[in-house]
Amino acid sequence: MDFRYSEEQLALQETLQRFISRDYGFERRRALAGSSLGFSAEAWRRYAELGLLALPFPEAFGGLGGNGVDTMAVMEQVGQGLLLEPYLSTVVLCGGLIRDAASEALKQSILPQIAAGKLRMALAAYEAAGRYDLAHVESTAVRDGSGWTLSGRKSVVLDAPSADYFLVSARSAGAVAEAEGISLFLVRHDTPGVTMFAYPTQSGGRAADLELKDVTVSCDAVIGAPGRALEILQRAVDCAIAALCGEVLGIVTALNQATLNHLKTRKQFGVVIGVFQALQHRMAEMIIAAEQIRSMAIIAAVHVDSKDAAASRRAIAGAKAYVGQASRFVGQQAVQLHGAMGVVDDVIISHYFKRLTMIDMSLGDADYHLARFSDTAAMQ
Amino acid sequence: MDLNYTPEEESFRAEVRAFVAAELPTEIRDKVILGRRVGKDDLVSWQKALYRRGWGAGMWPKRFGGAGWSVVQQHIFEEESAALGAPIQLPFSLRMVAPVLMAYGNAAQQQYFLPRILSGEDWWCQGYSEPGSGSDLASLRTSAARQADHYLVNGQKTWNTLGQHADWIFCLVRTSSEARPQQGISFLLIDMKTPGVSVRPIITVEGEHEINDIFFDNVKVPVENLVGEENKGWTYAKFLLGHERTGNAGIGNCKRGLKRLKKIATTQLMNGRPLIEDSRFRDRIARVELELTALEITNLRVLSADASESRGPGPEASILKIKGSEIIQEIAELQMHALGHDALPHIREALDLDWAAPPLFAQHYGDYAPPLSGQYFNQRKTTIYAGSTEVQKNIISKLILGL
Repeated sequence: MDFRYSEEQLALQETLQRFISRDYGFERRRALAGSSLGFSAEAWRRYAELGLLALPFPEAFGGLGGNGVDTMAVMEQVGQGLLLEPYLSTVVLCGGLIRDAASEALKQSILPQIAAGKLRMALAAYEAAGRYDLAHVESTAVRDGSGWTLSGRKSVVLDAPSADYFLVSARSAGAVAEAEGISLFLVRHDTPGVTMFAYPTQSGGRAADLELKDVTVSCDAVIGAPGRALEILQRAVDCAIAALCGEVLGIVTALNQATLNHLKTRKQFGVVIGVFQALQHRMAEMIIAAEQIRSMAIIAAVHVDSKDAAASRRAIAGAKAYVGQASRFVGQQAVQLHGAMGVVDDVIISHYFKRLTMIDMSLGDADYHLARFSDTAAMQ
Repeated sequence: MDLNYTPEEESFRAEVRAFVAAELPTEIRDKVILGRRVGKDDLVSWQKALYRRGWGAGMWPKRFGGAGWSVVQQHIFEEESAALGAPIQLPFSLRMVAPVLMAYGNAAQQQYFLPRILSGEDWWCQGYSEPGSGSDLASLRTSAARQADHYLVNGQKTWNTLGQHADWIFCLVRTSSEARPQQGISFLLIDMKTPGVSVRPIITVEGEHEINDIFFDNVKVPVENLVGEENKGWTYAKFLLGHERTGNAGIGNCKRGLKRLKKIATTQLMNGRPLIEDSRFRDRIARVELELTALEITNLRVLSADASESRGPGPEASILKIKGSEIIQEIAELQMHALGHDALPHIREALDLDWAAPPLFAQHYGDYAPPLSGQYFNQRKTTIYAGSTEVQKNIISKLILGL
């Protein structure tokens, strides 16, 4: 066993750290979150230069052939810096879907463009009534002469406002919650019939609700086999969950550092508050939680590349459930130990806390994944 | 023992319910129930309506213009008011500065200020915390130097709630640095319009303007605005904190929140079925409901004991404060969690009552989703303000347990 990042991974992290401390400070990040794009186009170009946008793609398509741990290393820094760019949506989720399931022609046309920073994508897979269930698809896909006609609504599509393309799940057969009959389509953002209601998110990003009304796409727009998209969607979401666990690790590490620093410098009653045993023990629990989160993030990252699909699914669901609970504790206690300074907008603590909360609420919360984990256990 | 309400109490409940239903403007009710922005005018106009009914301050003694209600009556009033969507009565005025004025103020102060609080004419805010003085409140440094017929006040107060609307601020100020920190503090009433007082907004985690820094730059305060004796302010400050902590429990608000939570969980869908059918989620609601069920009685027991012995709130108020804040946080967290992905949007304009959801959004975002994530973030303050949970546990350890 080896629990360390490789030399290359550490070097990549160091490069990102330098970038964040130089070009992505807290004030800069706040300005970006409030800008119309919601992130930095310049940073996106920089990520392309650094190879981050090519990381998980095969070399044949201009990629670097990176694995789950490479993505974890990047996401840990995304967490530390509270980076706003749509890396998860474009590279991990949609890039991963194209890599794993698209035709050779689509891979050739899309992956190099993502890698070069010229194309961004968003996954439109969830619907309001389904909550976190990817199989709950009411949107419809009807096959006609030359292609497909799509209709339906997709809710809270992360990073949709800046996306050039959406990957949209729609039902081409079967009943609403059935596993079979779901197809995945590549849809240009400006295709006639697509309307978007865009909004900021609680953690400073952007998202949108989408409506598709008789949107026509060609047969080439189908990703994977028609009617069989659930499995590839599930796998892409699991890869993204593993990435989010890495992001959480970066955030809890930063929060613990900041909280420890606060305990060592904030004076009340003539002493630094870190001398109080109640607070020492709390901080100790927060450090323990962070270590457990690191282990879970590693487990999830390694399982991204596992050949055993069932084991991978279960491990990643378990990681999301655990990390959601443990990071909730760290986030809430970091706020609590900072006192009122933890609940104000102009101190970074509240922003880390909000991001942790929204990560828990994304791609299935702790309860949802605990159910996935324990239900599979019951079946064994 | 008897946990039943008397027939008189039941008829009082009916009376409160009828009054609120008839007098509370629909617009205010909707803002409160839907968690939209509630403005100064809303709170003031409701206080004025209660005042006209003779209910401006239920728990105040009749000799100060209060209704002289029992603990149980006050409880019924709060429960019914909250359930029907009445806004809160301003705690800084009614529950905080007023009891101090009744107990320690002079006749002139009582006669001038209490009626103005009762009628909603004056809005009070609190000047306690300072940048270097949070949990260690007694270390405060805002100074008040006696000069002939006035004090000259200089310093900064922070985490001041709703002071942007205030007519008056009650302030803890340092009038002596000679003895222990607690012994040099005085309790001063300051007109917010006095030259040298300035208010700077602080934006909180959810993005709203609720709290402020307040600066005092050579502010002249007439000596008649000193409450009680100079350098005895710490005693009054602690007395006030007892009242503040007792009021924090907010049983009525928690009950309304719980009811709302159940409604949200019934409306939100999971795999096409109501979320409330999910036993994992339902159990979490049940757990917080049990906590609240117990706290309601604990609250009444503690307050009744104080009332029957005619004393101010004791250290047991810390129990109420800890539990009440935890429950309100848990309800807020569950409400947000019920939303699933819908917890993610942050649509600031949706907090205005007249916001109309775009058709695409209206169906699933519903009437209830817009404020919930922000409320969860915002409610983290409740275990921090009015003495953090850690401070409350120290009080329990020292004053109840004798440790």
